[in-house]
Amino acid sequence: MENEKQQGKLRTLFDTVFPYIKYIGNRLLHLLPVVIIISIVIFTLIQLMPGDPILAMINPETTANMTEEQRLAYIETMRKVLGYDKPVIVRYFLWWRDVLTGNFGYSVALNKPINEFIGSYIMNSFKVNIVGFIIAFLIAIPIGIKSAVRKNTRYDKIVTVVSMVGISLPSFFMALLLVLLFSAVLRILPFSGMVDPRGVRPEYVYYILPVSVIVLSSLASLIRYIRNAMIEVLKADYIRTSRAKGLSEKVVIYRHAFKNALIPVITIIGFWIPALFGGSIIVEKIFAWPGMGLLMNQAYQFKDRGVLSTVLLFFAVLTLFANLFVDVGYALVDPRIKARRIK
Amino acid sequence: MKTNENLLEIRNLHTYFFTNKGTIKAVNGVDMEIQRGRTLGVVGESGSGKSITSFSILRLIEDPGDIVDGSIMFDGQELLDYTEDEMRAIRGNEISMIFQEPMTSLNPVLKIGEQLGEPLILHQGMDKKEAWARSIELLREVKIPEPEGVVHNYPHQLSGGMRQRVMIAMALACEPKLLIADEPTTALDVTIQAQIFNLMNDLKKKHNTAILFITHDLGAIAELADDVVVMYTGEAVEKAPVEILFSKISKFSHPYKEGLLKSIPKLNEEVEYLDQIDGSVPHPLNLPIGCRFAPRCKFATQKCIDEKPNLVEVEPNHLIRCFYPNKEQRDGK
Amino acid sequence: MSNNDKLSKEHEKIISPTRQIMEKFKHNKLAMAGFISFGLLLLVIVGAQAYIHLTNYDLANVDISQKYMKPSMQHLFGTDAQGRDLFLRVLAGGWISIQVGLLSTILSIVLGVSIGATAGFFGGKIDTLIMRGTEIVSSFPFLAIAMTISAIFMDLDAQLRLYLIIFILGFLRWTGLARMVRGQILSLREQEFIVATRALGISSFNQITKHLIPNVLTYVIVSGTLTFAGAILTESSLSYLGLSVTEPIPTWGRLISLSAKNAIVMTNYWWTWIFPGLALFILIMSINVIGEGLRDAVDPKSQYVTKEQRIRLKEKRKREKERQKRRKLAKAAM
Repeated sequence: MENEKQQGKLRTLFDTVFPYIKYIGNRLLHLLPVVIIISIVIFTLIQLMPGDPILAMINPETTANMTEEQRLAYIETMRKVLGYDKPVIVRYFLWWRDVLTGNFGYSVALNKPINEFIGSYIMNSFKVNIVGFIIAFLIAIPIGIKSAVRKNTRYDKIVTVVSMVGISLPSFFMALLLVLLFSAVLRILPFSGMVDPRGVRPEYVYYILPVSVIVLSSLASLIRYIRNAMIEVLKADYIRTSRAKGLSEKVVIYRHAFKNALIPVITIIGFWIPALFGGSIIVEKIFAWPGMGLLMNQAYQFKDRGVLSTVLLFFAVLTLFANLFVDVGYALVDPRIKARRIK
Repeated sequence: MKTNENLLEIRNLHTYFFTNKGTIKAVNGVDMEIQRGRTLGVVGESGSGKSITSFSILRLIEDPGDIVDGSIMFDGQELLDYTEDEMRAIRGNEISMIFQEPMTSLNPVLKIGEQLGEPLILHQGMDKKEAWARSIELLREVKIPEPEGVVHNYPHQLSGGMRQRVMIAMALACEPKLLIADEPTTALDVTIQAQIFNLMNDLKKKHNTAILFITHDLGAIAELADDVVVMYTGEAVEKAPVEILFSKISKFSHPYKEGLLKSIPKLNEEVEYLDQIDGSVPHPLNLPIGCRFAPRCKFATQKCIDEKPNLVEVEPNHLIRCFYPNKEQRDGK
Repeated sequence: MSNNDKLSKEHEKIISPTRQIMEKFKHNKLAMAGFISFGLLLLVIVGAQAYIHLTNYDLANVDISQKYMKPSMQHLFGTDAQGRDLFLRVLAGGWISIQVGLLSTILSIVLGVSIGATAGFFGGKIDTLIMRGTEIVSSFPFLAIAMTISAIFMDLDAQLRLYLIIFILGFLRWTGLARMVRGQILSLREQEFIVATRALGISSFNQITKHLIPNVLTYVIVSGTLTFAGAILTESSLSYLGLSVTEPIPTWGRLISLSAKNAIVMTNYWWTWIFPGLALFILIMSINVIGEGLRDAVDPKSQYVTKEQRIRLKEKRKREKERQKRRKLAKAAM
């Protein structure tokens, strides 16, 4: 008897999950051509970068004591070793082979194989962004909802103005203003970096400013998004029905209205996923935060082809996965969409 | 007027909408009574104020609207004195409402059972399990096939007619004394309409619910109503029990109502042109000073244009707002 | 006796939709504030350009003796590390920002509308192809791609650089508009009157275009305004990172990044970056606010709240409170 029950439960679990897996598989299949095209674009862009990639990779010290002949020979050897003598198309496929086997190439800026450090850089970006995003959400949701419910009142107007400021203030300017206030004038927060080289200040202190910039810049657009979504939902007939049943405003707003407003919110979360792992180039540069954004910056300055191509590919694939996430998310939240997509 | 038997008594109701372009007097001095277990039909074109009247009863008027004057007595209590919390205790409980658009009146992301259960849990203190079981029974009562499955469905999986039945089940869940039905069948097929009417009649008999039935369809009125109020531009222009309203025997009638009756095509008559009421409903921000129907009335006189007629009892239980309610007198002119 | 003539048409005020939109916009205090500040800023910036051209003012004029002077009557925004007057430099930077923003927005609009229209009109395979292309372009990580392209063309001279930036900004931003235009065309095509015109043999192209243009126009204006603000913001980020045009053209982002390089300059010579930053912020915010105001004004369902309505709302709340008070008293009396 027990066995049958368990089997029954497994069956239901399978029946619920499998259609999602089918859908995801289907979408991944469709994403494949997009990934390929993007990879071609990225590869082409990298090839177009001026300068000789081989020369960039050669350590000047190695060739310092060589004669001109020896040097040229050395360069030729390097060229063959690194596969740069092969035609472009072949190199493209070799690149893919490397990527798929986990070999992301070599960084001329950091003089290490990319595999060695890319993981930690991704983690660093993730750490600071996840804190920022969660805080931003926790603040934005109640404010956005309240703003929508009290549309056109003084509360709403103030929130609107503050949101507009948030959207219009460039993040680097905002960051600099905060640094001026807290690091230079008040001297209570560090200027930049992730840890105290002297080991005195606790780690979290270094998070405060970068997280604040991330929170403030994402807060504004998030609030406006939630507010607009809620306003649309509150106009619906079923909201009137729920009030006619005698339900309290709280229940009407949170259980009936907000649940419907989640769909646009999920879109936003989807858009943020690439940013979550990718990191803001500007914020990381200002605070010298060792994340993907800073890496990208360095790669640009040093013409680090290996890092550039890896990071670009990473970002692009991440964005496509984010789209997939949004699609599945919609189906999870809205049963009508689920009925259409997941069979 | 038997005041004691009146379940609901509306007196001099004024509900206005204060817009940027001016004040729209949607309901402008309306009196209505509903007796226990009887159906009052309110008939009128769009803009006549019939829906707003019903929303006013439950105080569901949203900005920029407001109830500015009048009295709504329900079961001897003045509803306009109730606090918002007290009104919530009444909504879905003693007075329920169903709306016109079944397709959009149910929350698309919640299951049928969840939505049906809400008034039960809120007003009757049931827990989730009880509410769920009772929901299945309610669905059975409104003749929805396979209610055990339907409770787990989402609204988009049901047809319009089914959704309206769910709405009715939801409205009757707590056995209200009054059910307000705002054009419940306008968005449905005629065949479904008939089914819904039968359903409503059966339930009304079973639970002795009074019904306030709002529509623009005179045919529906003929089928369902016991008493009728005809509304035009926010006020009542004729009130009578249904037999008298439609009777050809009665000497009295309001020209507007006559116009409405004449514009319905009849299967057994062959006419070349359908009778219409000339002109259109006046803009709410620009109402005539005298009788509001005068600009469109074939029988209007100078008096009609200058003075506004009051609601007068022309025969027992029959009130008309017209200076010339007598049909023969009018035609004679 | 018929009284049909006496229909209540006399006082029917039919206000044209454009008039209505302007009315709504005027009532939006925030939007009007943005409108005025944008106008003023534009005036000052254009005025400065005129001054520079007329007096052949040399922006690159270096005078070390005057370096890092605080804001004064002579130098409203102070001077920078090379003794150059910042007031004019900031205003010159504004001219660049506006040009870049405007041109790239126009590019985005042209691309977006034409691509969206093509997809919508032709439908079928062309539509799918175009939508796929749109998907690809919109999934490009913007800053990263901008950086890479910038790196490729690093050796270009300043003027060409400017055009490159305009192109990048315009090219990576047209997708939203394209989707919208396509959506409009698709929905118009399904409407019954199009089928009717086809049945009558009339080309549906003209019909669709006649209805398409007014609908799309309002959206294009709103979207264009917001894109304009976004382009200015993005350009400033690009030039902060050093990817955009370089000296001697003083873009705001560049001015700020020069000062932000070290903490001492940033703290002690704050005017070298705060003024450009404020100018940037005010320009972007005023355009954004105008855009949002337009969006509200164009929406037929939105209504501005007048003073009387707010007073009524307060009265309504007061009445509810009184009801509650009365109930409490009634209960206490029992």
